[in-house]
Amino acid sequence: MNELIYFFNYVVVAGSVTGCIYAMGAIGVTLIYSILRFAHFAHADMMTLGAFVVLLLTLAFPHAGDALGLPTAIVMLPLAMIFTSLVAVGIDRVFYQPLRAHGVKPIVMVIASLGVTLMLQGLIRLFSGTGAESLYVEARKAIFRIELPGVTRPIIITEPQVILFVVTLVAVIGLHLFLTRARLGKAMRAMSDNPDLARASGINTKLIITLTWVIAGSLATLAGTLLSLDVAFKPDLSFFLLLPIFAAAIVGGVGHPYGAIAGGFLVGFAETLAVFNWSVLLRPLRDSLPSWIELPNNLALVGTEYKIVVPFFILIAVLVWRPTGLFKGKVI
Amino acid sequence: MPLLEAIDVHGGYGGMNILNGVDMAIEADEVGVIVGPNGAGKSTMLKAVFGLLTITGGEIRLRGDPITNLPPHKLVERGMGFVPQEKNIFQSLSVAENLEMGAFLKPATVSRLKRQIYDIFPPLYDKRHQPAGELSGGQRQMVAMGRALMNEPSVLLLDEPTAGLSPRYMNEIFEQVKRISATGVGVLMVEQNAKQALRIAHRGFVLAAGQNRFTDSGEALLADPQVAKSFLGG
Repeated sequence: MNELIYFFNYVVVAGSVTGCIYAMGAIGVTLIYSILRFAHFAHADMMTLGAFVVLLLTLAFPHAGDALGLPTAIVMLPLAMIFTSLVAVGIDRVFYQPLRAHGVKPIVMVIASLGVTLMLQGLIRLFSGTGAESLYVEARKAIFRIELPGVTRPIIITEPQVILFVVTLVAVIGLHLFLTRARLGKAMRAMSDNPDLARASGINTKLIITLTWVIAGSLATLAGTLLSLDVAFKPDLSFFLLLPIFAAAIVGGVGHPYGAIAGGFLVGFAETLAVFNWSVLLRPLRDSLPSWIELPNNLALVGTEYKIVVPFFILIAVLVWRPTGLFKGKVI
Repeated sequence: MPLLEAIDVHGGYGGMNILNGVDMAIEADEVGVIVGPNGAGKSTMLKAVFGLLTITGGEIRLRGDPITNLPPHKLVERGMGFVPQEKNIFQSLSVAENLEMGAFLKPATVSRLKRQIYDIFPPLYDKRHQPAGELSGGQRQMVAMGRALMNEPSVLLLDEPTAGLSPRYMNEIFEQVKRISATGVGVLMVEQNAKQALRIAHRGFVLAAGQNRFTDSGEALLADPQVAKSFLGG
């Protein structure tokens, strides 16, 4: 039983955490692609930016969350979401919209977003320094240990992880309802489906573009903050997020928000399972194994330091065998 | 005063003129049909009316107001509906959602207008929750026209509404066009099936090389031996 709890802690919980983060990032990437038709490379940096804004707000008001019994960073989330959305819309107006007006090819937009990436990274580093910082300022992270009868090892889950699961669930259901019920949500799908006809129907495409940035910016802030809360804020967070969220978006089928969610969890769990030490699960069988088999101490598929390779591998595999993704998306 | 009027329209794509002086006029409750050989500028004319290409000379008026070179969304606000020949539905949206998008500018009227469209095109009611891309060609055309009608247009522009349809659906679409125009909507459409289309046309415009060759009532054009010989295949 102890081994199963170990598996639960290190695969089910850890995989779900990573999956939630990737899913929220990938939804943003996929929405931006489906409305603006380019791969937005600066998306991971929008996640970092959102987390950084939360960090600044938390440093400024370290006890704002005490009254509500929540971590201050969570209380600051709505403000940071608004701020990051405004920055995202601003970036669009200053950098991407003039390019769109010139009718440039998508690759030009991609390169421009790469420029925005470098700019955002530089700006964040300028103010935050290069070190890691905890989003728990003057507070401690609550860790829940759930003891099960008959086992010595407890199920361990942290407060930010619980919040992450709840927030992801609410965000995904909210997005689903928005896209299927709200007039603007349907217009967003219509514009993604057929932009010319959307314009001929009188749909305000500028408003839809702004809305896309607001949703993507808000989700990026949520994901970036909740990840930083669980681990720590680092200015180079985006480096480890960019590839997995793009892999997730492509695996799910680009332009397909539900695919992005599935892709996020697939990539998250694949990563977690690849670095999981399988020898722990085999240990109970040690006595029944023939003597010539010696169980190694570490039996992971790849070392933790090579975790970033896993999404890359998945990405290539999907592009080779199913270029449209799990759900049928647009081929890039 | 005609509902929609085009006077000596010149225009084309990227400096190349396709329209070399087209004149057209239709009244409310009339059907105008543009026919002519391939490359005559039929679809181009329709797109010029809807602001999809730059008009370099001449004028277009809606109820007497100049609307030359207004962008499409302004024209939609002024009551113009356009159904392109291709890509004229939102494939991944349900039939009902397609109709809702047509009334994007008038959200308050959506449910009333949806009922009206289902009355005009009964097959759509049963398929209202199905993605429009899964429908047959004729039903897609109904969705496309329904979407444009949801904005309660005073002028409806149809670009080859019967292209690729079976004769049964073709006749049905023409019947609907007649009925729509009878409710006071001016319809201007481009058609390859010239004979059948001219039968329901109050006004017929035979274009060739970007100019009016013949302009008359549909009946008169059908009866004209010269039109029959050169454009209607004898």
